[in-house]
Amino acid sequence: MSSGTAQDVDRNPMNERLLRAQDVSEQRMLLSLATPALLMIVAIVLIPVGWLFYLSFIGNDGQLSLEHYQKMVEYKSYARVFVTTFQVSILTTLLCILIGYPLAYFLAMLPQRMAGFFMLAVLLPFWTSLLVRTYAWLVLLQKNGILNDFAISAGIWETPVKLVHNMTGTLIGMAHIMLPFLVLPLYGAMRKIERDMMHAAANLGATPIQAFWKIYFPLSLSGMVAGSLIVFVLCLGFYVTPAVLGGGRVVMVATQITAILENQFNWGAASALGVVLLVATIVILYLAGRFLKLDVALFGKS
Amino acid sequence: MSHLSQKTQRVRTTILAAGLAAATTLATGIVSAKPITVVSWGGSYGAAQDAALFNDASKNSGIAINRESGASMSKTCLQVQSGSVTWDLVVTGSGGAASAAAQGCLEKIDYNVVDVSNFYPNLYTDYCVGSDVFATVMSWNTDKYGEPGSPGAPKSWADFWDVKKYPGTRAYRANNVDGALEPALMADGVPPEKVYEVLSTKEGMMRAINKIRELKPHIAVFWGSGAQQAQLMKDAEVDMSTGWNGRFDNAKKDGAKVGYTFNQALLDYDCFAMPKGAPNKDVAMKFLAEISKAQYQANLPFHITYGPTNKKAYEVTTAPKELLEALPSHPKNVPMMLPVSLDFYAKHRTEALELYMELLSE
Repeated sequence: MSSGTAQDVDRNPMNERLLRAQDVSEQRMLLSLATPALLMIVAIVLIPVGWLFYLSFIGNDGQLSLEHYQKMVEYKSYARVFVTTFQVSILTTLLCILIGYPLAYFLAMLPQRMAGFFMLAVLLPFWTSLLVRTYAWLVLLQKNGILNDFAISAGIWETPVKLVHNMTGTLIGMAHIMLPFLVLPLYGAMRKIERDMMHAAANLGATPIQAFWKIYFPLSLSGMVAGSLIVFVLCLGFYVTPAVLGGGRVVMVATQITAILENQFNWGAASALGVVLLVATIVILYLAGRFLKLDVALFGKS
Repeated sequence: MSHLSQKTQRVRTTILAAGLAAATTLATGIVSAKPITVVSWGGSYGAAQDAALFNDASKNSGIAINRESGASMSKTCLQVQSGSVTWDLVVTGSGGAASAAAQGCLEKIDYNVVDVSNFYPNLYTDYCVGSDVFATVMSWNTDKYGEPGSPGAPKSWADFWDVKKYPGTRAYRANNVDGALEPALMADGVPPEKVYEVLSTKEGMMRAINKIRELKPHIAVFWGSGAQQAQLMKDAEVDMSTGWNGRFDNAKKDGAKVGYTFNQALLDYDCFAMPKGAPNKDVAMKFLAEISKAQYQANLPFHITYGPTNKKAYEVTTAPKELLEALPSHPKNVPMMLPVSLDFYAKHRTEALELYMELLSE
């Protein structure tokens, strides 16, 4: 009873009512402030996506129908195209982590000014046209390309190795183009990690490797997850690089959509592909979120 | 009362506008002062049409034109379906025109205006008028397999498929089935004149698909454009490729070691089509009539090795004999080739495309 006095004051019905009223008005304020942004989202995201869903259920005769989805089950190419798309996206993300993590770590360890200089090396290609970089890889990797010519004249291999117009070339090109999207958020996260923490860990007897895995890595995880997500999602809808470097052998969803639009003018079928990709992506991100606890990594919630 | 006056006002405005239009026509002596929009493809193709057809025809007829690039039947259909047509004449492949027409995207050609009496009979339809004749051929690296016509050089689709006799890599069409199935059947021993008959059955289509599947391990690249065909042969990235004859001639001019044969090639044509509801329909039809005349088509071979659709162009052209004999539509070459059947594509294109895309995704 004696301990209840403070709570009794809080529970005073007068106060409670006032507080609630204040709460509601504050929420209304926030909502009204957010209205323009919300309207914008409805106008430029929800309506077009809704239209996309609607189109995908309209058959070639203009009636409501499931024919576009039936065709995706009937012909195995659609399933294969989705598998290829996710395969390329996952592999590219992994490659980016493999290359990007040490790179970001290296940049974060450098003094600010030096890091800025090396950051330019990451950013400069980022500002160059995507198409130019893709074709540059084609010139480098093709059968009589610079890399093959060099390797043959240096005696590293004897006959031209097939480096492009296949999955290898696609992954090389995509990893190069996606790398900055991983390195930038990761570098930001790493810069925020206090160096003293590592010193403290060492002081408490951790070996450098232990200190890295127990302290540094978990603290850098939010940046890595954010970067990986950006890379993965961008890869899913990628068109130019797989189309050029895949040599028609790596067919991703975007390629298939172009083929359908260019050859059949079939907006319904193309929309249906877009819808399936969107839904599949949401499901995968949701599952990944549950198993990897993405929100913890991303926003530090627990 | 205000309603009535509004109506009179509108009538008056219309009359005024009509009067003005008439006055402009009289004053300039031109059919219309408003330029029509003519859309073609970029690169050497559009440039050749500008030089041979559009510029001179515009000057002689007094019809001002607004030239755009990026012609595509899907964009045309999009304009028609969204009710905002800005194009008047659009270049397209014959097959693309047929599907766009089937979707109701094209205006019927008025053959009272466009004179096709000297055209080859299969090079115009209700919805498009042939602009040039091209061939889908097999090309090869001449360093590797020899100059065309020399002993041992590839001669037929069977040779294209014969990786023992002609070891090396191949390139084939990506993302589009047009002209992709016929060579496979000829390679499998079907005589050219029977190809479309066989292809029109499900078994025949599967036979072609299976034949391509057999070659697939040797197909290093699936090309997506004419520019890519030329580039692949220039870089010697592949040893043999299918493609359009004009592109290989251009690559050869640029120094590529490439040769091709018209034997068993697919004879096809590009054409001009008019989007349904084109803003300047009547004037554009007159312009189409103008550019279809032999005098303009006669100049086309100077700029690209694609043949005229108007037979009379052969009589009035000043092009040398060798150049004319290199054109796909030359009477000497036509009998070697298989004319592409629009009827087959109208009926079976969707199914064929699904099967081909399935093969490509394997």
